[in-house]
Amino acid sequence: MGFIGETVDSIKSIKIRQVLTQTVTLGMIVTSALIIWKALMCVTGTESPVVVVLSGSMEPGFKRGDILFLHMTQEPIRAGEIVVYNVDGRDIPIVHRVIKVHERRNTGDVDVLTKGDYNKDDDIGLYADGQIWLNRHHIMGRAVGFFPYVGWVTITMTEKPIIKYILIGALGLLVITSKDRQHTEKKAGRWWGSGS
Amino acid sequence: MHSFGYRANALLTFAVTILAFICAIASFSDNFSNQTPSAQIQILNINWFQKQPHGNDEVSLTLNITADLQSLFTWNTKQVFAFVAAEYETSKNALNQVSLWDAIIPEKEHAKFWIQISNKYRFIDQGHNLRGKNFNLTLHWHVMPKTGKMFADKIVMSGYRLPNAYR
Repeated sequence: MGFIGETVDSIKSIKIRQVLTQTVTLGMIVTSALIIWKALMCVTGTESPVVVVLSGSMEPGFKRGDILFLHMTQEPIRAGEIVVYNVDGRDIPIVHRVIKVHERRNTGDVDVLTKGDYNKDDDIGLYADGQIWLNRHHIMGRAVGFFPYVGWVTITMTEKPIIKYILIGALGLLVITSKDRQHTEKKAGRWWGSGS
Repeated sequence: MHSFGYRANALLTFAVTILAFICAIASFSDNFSNQTPSAQIQILNINWFQKQPHGNDEVSLTLNITADLQSLFTWNTKQVFAFVAAEYETSKNALNQVSLWDAIIPEKEHAKFWIQISNKYRFIDQGHNLRGKNFNLTLHWHVMPKTGKMFADKIVMSGYRLPNAYR
């Protein structure tokens, strides 16, 4: 009960300048995270430098909840590469391995067929109706690195949005109250100091 | 400054940083492994070789694949994905790569193997250029780590040729 009492007290004693400072600090934190993300996008050449594996179609190599680091260069697409692609009309990217490549002379256009390691069939069933090959513009990046388990945070937050709100609420509360407690401790210290 | 919240926060940040650092080092250590894989592929039989109703050539082969990929495994390796692709060129396409067979090798003990199979995936051309075609059989491998950077490489074996006539 003491913690709650303190929290309520500190919220009551908020001053305008403090609120503004805290808002600016929070804004700075959010913007620097955004800057880092955009810089990563530039360096890796893809729109999403990190993706979370959502299905088990690449097991046992990539399990649901792992994250993949992507990179995209202009180099030609070759068999064996693990690519992330978007099918026209669907917004969830798919991470599978290239098993067939047919590259045209002169233009460099390429027809690609992919398949998940764990799947029995190739991906033709996943492509748009009537589509039997992927082209370069469908492919968003190649997987170059991998990290296990970390993606579960994103999966839980997407599938149970309530957790996202709880987390943001708790963070907000922490930011507001913690700075205040420092301020109140300083004020209290002044009182005691001057009393002696 | 000494509340439970601050302490937990500092501890968590430190733990995550250390974990990330260890994973980066584990991945980096993979650069130092000495890799000497070897492989041989024989075509035992051309099972059939036809032109499909759409006009594309298709061939079915029986392959004999011998490989020793044990040196690719490091302590940071989760599995090695190996596949055999037929590579050839045609007048329309500068490069065609068709995967004929693949396997997931989960442990070092399974990495030295001998297998005789017919092609797992259909060998279909874009067109009808396969008669008398010279092609390479390439064994590719993709080392998937427990954490970090993935490595891929291949052995190219050339000198294979398809028959001049359908059968």
